Amino acid sequence: MQDREPNVATSDTDSAFVVFDRVQKSYDGETLVVKDLNLSIGKGEFLTMLGPSGSGKTTCLMMLAGFETATHGEILLDGRPINNIPPHKRGIGMVFQNYALFPHMTVNENLAFPLEVRGMGKDEREAKVKRALEMVQMGEFGNRRPAQLSGGQQQRIALARALVFDPALVLMDEPLGALDKQLREHMQYEIKHLHENLGITVVYVTHDQSEALTMSDRVAVFDDGIIQQLAPPAELYEQPQNSFVAQFIGENNKLSGKVIALDGDIATVQLDDGETCTALAVNCGGVGSDTLISVRPERVSVAAQGGPNSTSATVQELIYLGDHIRCRLTVHGNDEFVVKVPNSAGHSHLSVGETTQVSWLAQDARALDAG
Amino acid sequence: MADISAPLTTADGKPLKAALASAQARARRRAFFLVLPLLAFVLLTFVAPIAQMLHRSVHNPGFTTHTDIGSGEKTPIMVNLRAWFKENPPGTEPDEAAYEALVKDLVVLRELKAPGSVGTRINYERAGSRSMFTKAARRAEKLEPPYKEAMLDLDEDWADPELWQVMRGASSAYTFNFYLAALDLARDADGSIVSVDENRQVYVKLFTRTLLLSLLITFLCFLLAYPIAHLLATLPLRHSNLLMIFVLLPFWTSLLVRTTSWIVLLQSQGVVNDTLVATGILDDDSRIQMIYNQTGTIIAMTHILLPFMVLPLYSVMRPINPSYVRAARSLGATSWTAFRRIYFPQTVPGIGAGALLVFILAVGYYITPALVGGANGQLISNLIAFHMTKSLNWSLAAALAAILLGGILVLYWLYDRLVGIDNLKLG
Ligand SMILES: Nc1ncnc2c1ncn2[C@@H]1O[C@H](COP(=O)(O)OP(=O)(O)OP(=O)(O)O)[C@@H](O)[C@H]1O
Ligand SMILES: [Mg+2]
Repeated sequence: MQDREPNVATSDTDSAFVVFDRVQKSYDGETLVVKDLNLSIGKGEFLTMLGPSGSGKTTCLMMLAGFETATHGEILLDGRPINNIPPHKRGIGMVFQNYALFPHMTVNENLAFPLEVRGMGKDEREAKVKRALEMVQMGEFGNRRPAQLSGGQQQRIALARALVFDPALVLMDEPLGALDKQLREHMQYEIKHLHENLGITVVYVTHDQSEALTMSDRVAVFDDGIIQQLAPPAELYEQPQNSFVAQFIGENNKLSGKVIALDGDIATVQLDDGETCTALAVNCGGVGSDTLISVRPERVSVAAQGGPNSTSATVQELIYLGDHIRCRLTVHGNDEFVVKVPNSAGHSHLSVGETTQVSWLAQDARALDAG
Repeated sequence: MADISAPLTTADGKPLKAALASAQARARRRAFFLVLPLLAFVLLTFVAPIAQMLHRSVHNPGFTTHTDIGSGEKTPIMVNLRAWFKENPPGTEPDEAAYEALVKDLVVLRELKAPGSVGTRINYERAGSRSMFTKAARRAEKLEPPYKEAMLDLDEDWADPELWQVMRGASSAYTFNFYLAALDLARDADGSIVSVDENRQVYVKLFTRTLLLSLLITFLCFLLAYPIAHLLATLPLRHSNLLMIFVLLPFWTSLLVRTTSWIVLLQSQGVVNDTLVATGILDDDSRIQMIYNQTGTIIAMTHILLPFMVLPLYSVMRPINPSYVRAARSLGATSWTAFRRIYFPQTVPGIGAGALLVFILAVGYYITPALVGGANGQLISNLIAFHMTKSLNWSLAAALAAILLGGILVLYWLYDRLVGIDNLKLG
């Protein structure tokens, strides 16, 4: 994890490898699918675009690959604007959501294709194809057709094909979407591994947040054509900047209310049930504005008498999960309030219907926009 | 280890294979009864006529059996002459015995009122024979020996060795002579196969023309249909539906209407020529002849057969995911290379299906060439129709049709060898 640092620091446009500069995109001239996208990606970085369906992730990738043109703004690759470079000259490897392996060619022919169109000699081609196949552990499958491969195998071939011509930038559009959970986790690891070994820049699209968190150097959370937050995974989870991100990444308890006082970066919020609590003022506006407080379940302590923000809670449901117990409580009128109680020695035993006390630090409660 | 070689059995000890077979037999029987009506229909309307046609192409009893139109009674005819042919090998000079047999047979013919039909049978292969038969039969009863002289007095042509060869050929009801005729061949006086006079060779030339024109029409259909099908497959549904209607419109219009509208367009006083003259591109005297010749046949048939090419192409193009071409482009291929290497190969099954369909339809096309083909735009099927309806030489028509059928089967076989029939995709 430590070796990520050099990649992340590239927020300045000069040293960035890929830059989206005020890019907008509209398909129909009526609605903007991508609204004012500014993003710079450092060389060797693994950047993930994460967002719900229809948020414009694929569109961004297609603009970068050259299959869609930006309606406004500029995209720079290695300092050069690429708006006028045709797709085949961009030298970008791409893994498609459906793999797009050529069905009438064998695996070997599929992999040789990018080398062939670059005019590479036969011997060199064969050597590279072989190496690429071994890289994804598919050495024996060279003579098969794509239809004779399983989904996971096809995925590896698609990956090998996108890498075989040594592109500096590889785009992947939900490459693991069609795989089962176990295979997906295995492939996540392999892709990550290849990224580290080859030193390529990867722009990765997914709507699976755990995939985004485990693989990426930085994650861009998309919604509604806008980057809601661009940050390393830990920061994204610990310090969401708005309620969409807080909701979208990880589990989250929300309490809505109104800001009644601001003291430095601590806001006092009057909740809907009339009680007040304190929270970190992140993105809540001034006194009088509506806000949504976000608290992570693992930051709430149960049965701690007299702590900060202490309030009473009624236990609604208990789910035993081995290492911890998931409690659903009613807190400040919100009966979807979830708390994770560690299954440690001497923890308090709760029972359904019981009333107990919960509390959390003001620093762990983030007052965000009202969403 | 021992039980591996022992046959598997079901729970009650019956061998598994037998149990499976009896279980499937019932289903198979039921399936057979379900298709039985269809099978009978196909046999009756498709297999039987083809079999009958093939039979007729090698069988013509016009010189051996007379069928009375009223009673349907069959009488053997030309008995004496046929006996003479059997005794004497081909090439024998007809002697007095031969003429005597001929005269006796002609007397019988006259009684049966059959000289005309027998003469027609000989006339198929030697023009001018029919009148010789009717004339000779009328006088036959009064002829005195020596018969040879008497017959030659009636008509010098009775000594023509070709006539005797034709009669010998016709003396057996089963003959391959119609196939010879269909290939511009004939038997000379010795019975060996030679090609007919240059000015009577029509069929081979017509077969060749049919083949070449059909190939050309298939190719033109492909050239026109490929972009149309591509457009159909890639346009948004809203537009492609409209375009599809335009493609199918010819299907829903009567063939005659379509062909006639080409006449209106293309004739020398037609819309196209008028426009060209009016815009000054052409002189009034140099109007282009675009119809009642091969050009007319090519244009009209290409138009009519176009949907048969568009639809199979469309059906293979529609499911081709655009991401294939995108993938090729991202891998460094120019749009032309991506088309040639990635898109085109995936459409080959559709091209094969469309080409086969159009070609087979074109080879047998009849009405359009008949209407707009003029003299040099006729195809082989027009000649088959001529022999069916005008010259009434059904055996020759059947032989021509059988050769056409054989040719198509050969092409189909070749296609299977080269492309593979399981690659065919019609929709
Ligand atoms: N070719 C197109 N023409 C018109 N609208 C399009 C086109 N492609 C995408 N859109 C619209 O643009 C929006 C963003 O689409 P995009 O494919 O970028 O979403 P996405 O974030 O990749 O979603 P998903 O996670 O489902 O793949 C959607 O509302 C979609 O309907
Ligand atoms: Mg997408």
